[in-house]
Amino acid sequence: MEPRIWREMGLTDEEYERVKVLMGREPNELEVGIFGVMWSEHCSYKTSKPILRRFPTEGPQVLQGPGENAGIVDIGDGLAVVFKMESHNHPSALEPYQGAATGVGGILRDVFTMGARPIAVLDPLRFGPLEEENTRRLVRGVVEGIGGYGNSIGIPTVAGDVYFHESYRGNPLVNAMAVGLLEHRHIAKGVASGVGNPVMVVGARTGRDGIHGATFASVELSEESEAKRSAVQVGDPFMEKLLMEACLELIQSGAIVGIQDMGAAGLTSSSCEMASRGDSGIDMDLSLVPRRETGMTPYEIMLSESQERMLVVPKAGCEQEVEAVFHRWGLEAVVVGKVTADGMLRLLENGQVVAEIPAKALTDEAPLYHRPTREPEYYARLKEQKLDGVKAQKGYGEILLDLLGSPNLASKSWVYRQYDHQVGTNTVVKPGGDAAVLRVRGTNKGLGMTTDCNARYVYLDPYVGGALTVVEAAQNLVCVGAKPLAITDCLNFGNPEKPEIFWQFEQACAGIAEACLVLETPVTGGNVSLYNETNGEAIYPTPTIGMVGLVENLEQVVRNRFSEPGEEILLLGEVSGSLAGSEYLALFEGVEAGALPPLDLREIKKRLDFMLSLIKEELVMSAHDLTEGGLAVALAEMAEGCGARVSVQGENELELLFGERLGRILFTVKPQDAGKVQELAQHAGVSVTRLGESGGEAIAMTVNGVMMLEVAIADCQRVREETLPKALN
Amino acid sequence: MKIGIVRFPGSNCEVDVWEAWRVLGQEPKMLWHQETSVRGYDLIVLPGGFSYGDYLRTGAIARFSPIMEDVIHFAHEGGMVLGICNGFQILTECGLLPGALLRNKDLHFLCQPQYLRVERTDLAFTSLYQEGEVIQIPINHGEGNYSIDDAGLKELEENGQVVFRYVDKTGVENELGNPNGSRHNIAGIVNRTGNVLGMMPHPERVVEEIVGGTDGQRLLLSLVQAWERRMQYGA
Repeated sequence: MEPRIWREMGLTDEEYERVKVLMGREPNELEVGIFGVMWSEHCSYKTSKPILRRFPTEGPQVLQGPGENAGIVDIGDGLAVVFKMESHNHPSALEPYQGAATGVGGILRDVFTMGARPIAVLDPLRFGPLEEENTRRLVRGVVEGIGGYGNSIGIPTVAGDVYFHESYRGNPLVNAMAVGLLEHRHIAKGVASGVGNPVMVVGARTGRDGIHGATFASVELSEESEAKRSAVQVGDPFMEKLLMEACLELIQSGAIVGIQDMGAAGLTSSSCEMASRGDSGIDMDLSLVPRRETGMTPYEIMLSESQERMLVVPKAGCEQEVEAVFHRWGLEAVVVGKVTADGMLRLLENGQVVAEIPAKALTDEAPLYHRPTREPEYYARLKEQKLDGVKAQKGYGEILLDLLGSPNLASKSWVYRQYDHQVGTNTVVKPGGDAAVLRVRGTNKGLGMTTDCNARYVYLDPYVGGALTVVEAAQNLVCVGAKPLAITDCLNFGNPEKPEIFWQFEQACAGIAEACLVLETPVTGGNVSLYNETNGEAIYPTPTIGMVGLVENLEQVVRNRFSEPGEEILLLGEVSGSLAGSEYLALFEGVEAGALPPLDLREIKKRLDFMLSLIKEELVMSAHDLTEGGLAVALAEMAEGCGARVSVQGENELELLFGERLGRILFTVKPQDAGKVQELAQHAGVSVTRLGESGGEAIAMTVNGVMMLEVAIADCQRVREETLPKALN
Repeated sequence: MKIGIVRFPGSNCEVDVWEAWRVLGQEPKMLWHQETSVRGYDLIVLPGGFSYGDYLRTGAIARFSPIMEDVIHFAHEGGMVLGICNGFQILTECGLLPGALLRNKDLHFLCQPQYLRVERTDLAFTSLYQEGEVIQIPINHGEGNYSIDDAGLKELEENGQVVFRYVDKTGVENELGNPNGSRHNIAGIVNRTGNVLGMMPHPERVVEEIVGGTDGQRLLLSLVQAWERRMQYGA
């Protein structure tokens, strides 16, 4: 075989040699294509796996850790929450509507294929500068695509985040997380077992769309990427809605052994992964696969990424039951093969064998790379950069308004108004809260959920920044009254073959692992998206964390707005922040530098536990974590119905007002409870400082007794609300 | 009270409607679009969603569903029919209500709380509201821009067929309070005989305080009360 062939299929010369050894012979072209896609970074995690193995993945609450279509965590009452996050970055860069829409479709399938009914979608998005027309085009397309899919299928999109930064200019990030609920007894898995059991293709027909999507996701974007537009799939939410209803009905009927979504690498990955997990083989006759177009080759059928399809292994004799369920929903279900004992993925065309590969050679035997790492030159330089000389260039009130109106801090209501965030009528805390909360019907419980990542922190200090993504997610959950349970992650990085990028990856993952360990939120799965570069420029390292938490009593849910005038405003944690890596520094000085404040995860865990205990005792009226923009911005965000008067003491006004430091929570209590809260804080060994009280029509802040700013809340709201509509309508 | 909720392929608010009725003590039944009879029901609800993917045109394919023939018959005989969002779109497509629902004026899908003014309270759908009362019921649509020709609009207004209008917080109908460009801020209309109501806002989303409010309750409860009266007096 000519080297050109395997190279085009994405295999290196060494990998091709490995294929020959595993096969014991020269593979044919179809087999090479199958290896090429299964050993792509997207499917095999060959670069990231050695690092991901360091994540803590166990805990008493974990029912299913990494390795399945989605993770599963127990929430009591015989119920469990199923969740996972994935990226759809490259498709969205080329075709924002369809790229984002199919990202939602894919992640929903991962959840309902486990037997869970999806109850929510979350979408973390990253774009280039909002001032640029191309960014605006992408934002409009992506938001419309997410809404177009999620709204039609009837799953609420309840949270997410949106940031703009030049590192995402050519390579936006479109991550999607889905959360579902199931009863323990209905857990389904992607496993093919039981020799002689049939193998069925169900759902949409197979076409030529999306061929090579997985390989495409594993290379950098360039000018030539435009030519690969056909690698972007097209979604049909109506079809998926029918598929979802049919699959859930089927799983609950008990007629099946295993089921898996055909996502990246379609029929190829679903068949060999199911066989591999079941320690069995699969024989499939590709001429039986229902097709949308004629003349498709076995290669095209195996590599197609046509959406809204599933591979199902029913119990022998249940084929007609499967057909009946799918026909009722107007869908096809066709037997294409059977489970065998020999561990081979054997493909036939009209009865002739066209490929024969040991299933585990495609999965467990994929190569693993231990890439070299090198600390990038910028790291020490930016860390040592002194920020002492930074002085405010205008009045603090003006600074506050500028920050509130800046694209990263401005209200994202332009985005989430386009998402149906209420269908299902379970949304208790809507978008705009610190975390979304959904009620669990039939119980008094709720599920908190959030996605977070401050990529600037991760860039400046990947270890600390990585840990802080987990901290931010946890503090968001705690602020609504949810106890953090577990995470999924979507690790978006540049080209791992560059030692500096792989260093970022390794460091960030180490930070995430440590934070997950201390905060007791194990990793239950996720997705790695590497090669996020355009013409050689990498994105900021963006390990997005999706976290779910449990609200034991829905009546105790806390919101991030002052409830009424006269509440005592308290701050949990350090009063002063740091300008290092802050939004203030980026916006007013054009600088992203500095050493992040020292990280003390155990101290943060203590604070989060303390906060949850206060909420449980119903002492907290409102709560909000301090993130970008620091104390002044957090106060302004809480002041929807009424303002606040606060005074703080300290050395540096800028750091006090706008400095950032995670692990801090602003909260309010009734005046008569303030003393008790202080006592409890002392007992718990955490620092709680009284800052002032809610009331009035303005945010007024004094430092060391001197009034620093006084801004009407109506002005704060106006600037927050007008930025996105102005740029995007 | 026997309530039937029609489930089309692509409906997605049918379960919410079902749950809302259950919260209010009723036990509705789901009706599959391929069924051919709605005999014996006291109320038929066409729920929100994207029936048949909204392909071709919203509601345009659903009207040809087997069940719709009998729903139309049922309505002509005076049966109570409530169409919410996509259900409203289907009602205009099948001719039970006049006009059409076009894309929102700014072309964006909108999911948000919305103030409405109740224009009529002499209907079985609205008797528990106060006339002129301002209530809050969320909207959730991309195509809710109510459109009708001048003659049709005049007729609607003269016959008092407008039941809900979009208004601002103070109850004034103006452009600020109109989310989608609907003519005369129309959010919901009834047929001339008062037994078929179509509305874009989703009352089923506001029957419980914990998920955002209770202003939708009285619409459903008005229907129950009307039915109880009918049972009592046979009127």
